[in-house]
Amino acid sequence: MYPFTFIKAPTESAALAAGAQGGKYIAGGTTLVDLMRETVERPGKVVDITALPYREIESGPSALRVGALVRMADLAAHPVVRSRFPVISQALELSASAQLRNMATIGGNIMQRPRCLYFRDVTAACNRRAPGTGCAAIGGENRGHAVLGTSDQCVATHPSDLAVALVALDAVVLLRSRDGDRRIPVAEFIRRPGTTPDKEHDLRPGELIVGIEVPGGAHTARSGYLKVRDRQSYEFALASAAVALDIRDGVIRDARVAVGGVATVPWRLSDVERLLIGKAPGAELWAAASAHAADGAKPLHGNGFKVELAKRTVERQLASIGGAA
Amino acid sequence: MAQGTPESDRSLTLTRRQFVGAVTTTAGLATTGGSASATEDGVPVSLTVNGKHHAVVVDARTSLLDLLREDLQLTGTHKGCDQGACGACTVLLDGRRINSCLTLAVMHDGAELTTIEGLAEGGELHPLQRAFIDTDAFQCGYCTAGQIMSGVGCIREGHCGSGTEIREWMSGNICRCGAYQNIVAAVQQAAKES
Ligand SMILES: Cc1cc2nc3c(=O)[nH]c(=O)nc-3n(C[C@H](O)[C@H](O)[C@H](O)COP(=O)(O)OP(=O)(O)OC[C@H]3O[C@@H](n4cnc5c(N)ncnc54)[C@H](O)[C@@H]3O)c2cc1C
Ligand code: FES
Ligand code: FES
Repeated sequence: MYPFTFIKAPTESAALAAGAQGGKYIAGGTTLVDLMRETVERPGKVVDITALPYREIESGPSALRVGALVRMADLAAHPVVRSRFPVISQALELSASAQLRNMATIGGNIMQRPRCLYFRDVTAACNRRAPGTGCAAIGGENRGHAVLGTSDQCVATHPSDLAVALVALDAVVLLRSRDGDRRIPVAEFIRRPGTTPDKEHDLRPGELIVGIEVPGGAHTARSGYLKVRDRQSYEFALASAAVALDIRDGVIRDARVAVGGVATVPWRLSDVERLLIGKAPGAELWAAASAHAADGAKPLHGNGFKVELAKRTVERQLASIGGAA
Repeated sequence: MAQGTPESDRSLTLTRRQFVGAVTTTAGLATTGGSASATEDGVPVSLTVNGKHHAVVVDARTSLLDLLREDLQLTGTHKGCDQGACGACTVLLDGRRINSCLTLAVMHDGAELTTIEGLAEGGELHPLQRAFIDTDAFQCGYCTAGQIMSGVGCIREGHCGSGTEIREWMSGNICRCGAYQNIVAAVQQAAKES
């Protein structure tokens, strides 16, 4: 680990001032400390924001508002989240381990960096870590990599489970800097690699994530997350599906579907949603809609299985949320 | 080295600071330039470990795990991966189980920690420590301190309703010897007693 100056920010304004001077924020530390030790991250100044007051979970009539410093474990266990946003509780409790969920924060979670081995290995070519050096994964070991949203510069999978649920539910990131506040949909906040894989998100220098906001509705109460992986627990997704359905009088009024583990960003399936809305739920519909779950996929030599796996994961999760009949 | 009187802590810390300082100088601050003040000066941290207060000065890079093992000589907490991937370093921070390898010591000024050394009370093993012996829940023992601290957290959280639930909520602790069967039995036994 490279040396750095440590600053404990007692207040928001102190944090924003230190951030504006190039300080790197630290919350749970479960991504940042790991990557600093690997020398992937080399901040000269680390700003501890854990004394800031972003710890509230507020459930209003139309939306859930979650402070950026709320721990993954606490959001997952919140009774309103469990009952009205089960997809969020499930995505969180299928993430990492109980210990990590006690440390990691919601702001840090959506900012977490890829688990690609070449990204983590400072001796390997990686356009995300060192722009212009190439992508060792494209010709290398890429079983865990993305089949959707890739570019010829980067194929790293987005690792967050929570972000898949948030994108499915049209959640918004609440941001603050010395220039004022901004609101950006999570789906726009997290960027595809394109020609600039090092630009992972839309956070401006010195800007803080204050929280996230998730609009609620009949669909969020009928929602859930399915995660498929190499081992049953404590592992990142090979494929995952966040599904939320509003079904009334035998008709699907609203449908939200997003997949994880297969794309460079949390991947919303708007075409699948369109095929579901207005129809009667049932096994045939789930099969017909999920057949489009990997449309546009570009498999690499090691991860072709993810195309079929994504479809089956979506189909199974549609059946489990919408009913198999 | 004597265990943690405030005085021995300070001398220990000084030795460590000089050592780290030397390493930094030889490494020539390879690329980062002028941001080494934290390394040279150290950052004061005071925290309570197993009911005992400690005040130390550490290099800002020190993980909570290294503070315990190297500065306080509490080597019961083990280092497996140093990446959050094995659970050997599990401790209770303000009552909750965490991985001490993935957090900086300087972030925990004022914190209360419990490590494996602090579980027994008045010479009596903690019920989960006893259960590990009763059920033969280890082979080499490398993962055991982390398993027990995690198990204490798991029982406190109330995630011990069944073997399946224990397996899921203890999945953050890897055992290379594969003693899982008996680890689950030990947690189940202690959960029933509590
Ligand atoms: C072994 C292991 C397994 C894991 N498995 C999973 C998994 O299965 N699923 C999953 O989703 N995740 C998994 N994770 C990732 C984990 O969820 C993240 O590391 C964690 O959520 C990051 O949160 P943090 O608070 O620790 O972030 P930190 O490490 O503190 O910060 C991460 C980044 O976010 C920035 N940041 C943090 N907070 C803010 C803020 N408020 N404003 C602006 N910037 C901010 C920091 O500057 C830093 O760049 C795993 C991690 C490990 C180590
Ligand atoms: S040493 Fe901390 S999790 Fe492995
Ligand atoms: S007993 Fe050997 S690693 Fe668990």
